[in-house]
Amino acid sequence: MIVVEDLRKSFGATRAVDGVSFSARDGQITALLGANGAGKTTTLRMLYTLMRPDSGRILVDGIDVQHDPLAVRRVLGVLPDARGLYRRLTARENIEYYGALQGLAPARARARIDELIQMLSMQDIAGRRTEGFSQGERLKTALARALIHEPRNVLLDEPTNGLDVMSTRSLREFLRRLRAEGQCVLFSTHIMQEVAALCDQVVIIARGRVVAEGSPDALRERAGEASLEEAFMKLIGARALGELS
Amino acid sequence: MSRSAAWIVFLKECRESLRDRRILINALLIGPLLGPLMFVIVLRLTVARQIEQAARPLPVAVAGAAEAPNLISALEQQGLQLLAAPADLAGAVRSQQLDLALRIPAGYADAWRAGRPAQVELFYDSSRQGVVAEVQRLEGMLQAYSQRNAALRLMARGLSPTLAAPILVAPRDQATPQGRGALMFAMLPYFLVFTALIGGMWLAIDSTAGERERGSLEPLLINPVPRDRILLGKVLATALFGSASLTLGLLAFMIAGRFLPGDQIGLSFNLGPAVVGATLPLMLPLVLLIAVTEILVTAFAKSAREAQAHLALVQILPAITSVVLSFAPIKAALWMYVVPLLSQQLIILRLLRGEPIAALAVTLSVVFTLAAVLAVFFAARRSYAAERLAISS
Repeated sequence: MIVVEDLRKSFGATRAVDGVSFSARDGQITALLGANGAGKTTTLRMLYTLMRPDSGRILVDGIDVQHDPLAVRRVLGVLPDARGLYRRLTARENIEYYGALQGLAPARARARIDELIQMLSMQDIAGRRTEGFSQGERLKTALARALIHEPRNVLLDEPTNGLDVMSTRSLREFLRRLRAEGQCVLFSTHIMQEVAALCDQVVIIARGRVVAEGSPDALRERAGEASLEEAFMKLIGARALGELS
Repeated sequence: MSRSAAWIVFLKECRESLRDRRILINALLIGPLLGPLMFVIVLRLTVARQIEQAARPLPVAVAGAAEAPNLISALEQQGLQLLAAPADLAGAVRSQQLDLALRIPAGYADAWRAGRPAQVELFYDSSRQGVVAEVQRLEGMLQAYSQRNAALRLMARGLSPTLAAPILVAPRDQATPQGRGALMFAMLPYFLVFTALIGGMWLAIDSTAGERERGSLEPLLINPVPRDRILLGKVLATALFGSASLTLGLLAFMIAGRFLPGDQIGLSFNLGPAVVGATLPLMLPLVLLIAVTEILVTAFAKSAREAQAHLALVQILPAITSVVLSFAPIKAALWMYVVPLLSQQLIILRLLRGEPIAALAVTLSVVFTLAAVLAVFFAARRSYAAERLAISS
């Protein structure tokens, strides 16, 4: 469960995030939908404790991010925009490293890695060095290492960026599975189909502010449009005309 | 949990680096071998030149040689090589056709026979490199001939030759053979520092700027581990490769010492196992200081290339103190043992000379170098805490 209250962050004169509030519930997939530069990544970075908010509050499973960032990191699994791997380590070694840093006992880490390799169908790449991996293989490895400690909350920044259709489909499959297990899944995206195919809850962000929040159906209804894309344009356009190119 | 995080990072950096050919070649091959190789080559060249100069014939253009056949043959016995003289001696020296020329004026033979001081003229250009040494050599030859004849003349008049030498200067050079060798060895501490620098360099670059560049730093920092533990792990891994490089380098120096032409010029080098064994622990705090500095300097570079440029500047610093020490040998004062780098260089030089080392000097060196390690570590920790560190784009 993630609760965000009136979050603000400026870089110089630019207000990247300007009063964002929303919540993402357990057992649901929530999307942060917005154009490039709307403030999605900055919001996520504050959520996963890499940036300090200027003001506002974030609670992850009731833990205040600013009070105890280390405790928050233990209950968060994060796939950031930067998802570089160690090229000279195998996929399994990459995941093991994060397991150790999460404080997992070696035996438990091994069992969990086997489980993740199974879940993500990584059997044929687990023992290979990650140098030369395809985008899909990279994503699987990065995802596995982010989930090594069985986090109850999963944050993903534009997870389908650069993925082919097959990989995108299996990623969606995987996220649904996390939802079925009762996890809180929050991801950022600018792709409409993704939202329509996956989400229970959508938070639309434009210019660092939340312009609408609700289920995809509720948003369509509110905008009086049949397609989500039209609804999105309308909801955003009302506030920030000409922001999208 | 966070106590062992530094260890986890350390192990991972080592494991990854052991698979990296560039890091390995630098730490185990180039670092340890470049120093000794350059050192032996430079030393052999300078030594060879000194030997050569002492034994080499000295070519001198002599005008009026026929006027003084005895003088010429005496000079030739001492190594003078007679060249035909052009008409304008002074002009030939000025235009650099000749290094050195000797003119025996027409009145020489008459003056000699009459027992008056017979004049000879030396033409040279003292602003030209290397000429002064040749002039001194020729003057020495002339002096020797002059003194011998003065003694003969005194004896011919029944006087003791010692009358003409009221003062006798006896040189007593106090430089031990090791001392003279160590002067040439003044650059050795620099090569050791250089070796440690090279050994850890690529690991430092790869684990900081490289990690940023490849986008693996941001996910790494999201793990529930304080950043200074991650930093510590990286520093220790860098230090391990630096000290591996240094150890191999010292062994290489020990072996290289045998190929130095020490006995040819009466120098001896004290670079045995005892000195090497004492140098290594003395250098370890400095290796740590080098490692933490490398991590600090590379942490903010946006790319590996930029980090490399920053580190090139770091490599100049130890060279400066070494050059100063070797060209202007200063008397070691106590405060110098407080300065990291300088203290190690001074102590290693004393070790090489076979001189005793004060326990205080070693203590000061170790304590203050470790204090510097802490200071730089805290500076690095501050920069690692910065928000923008993790953000690669």
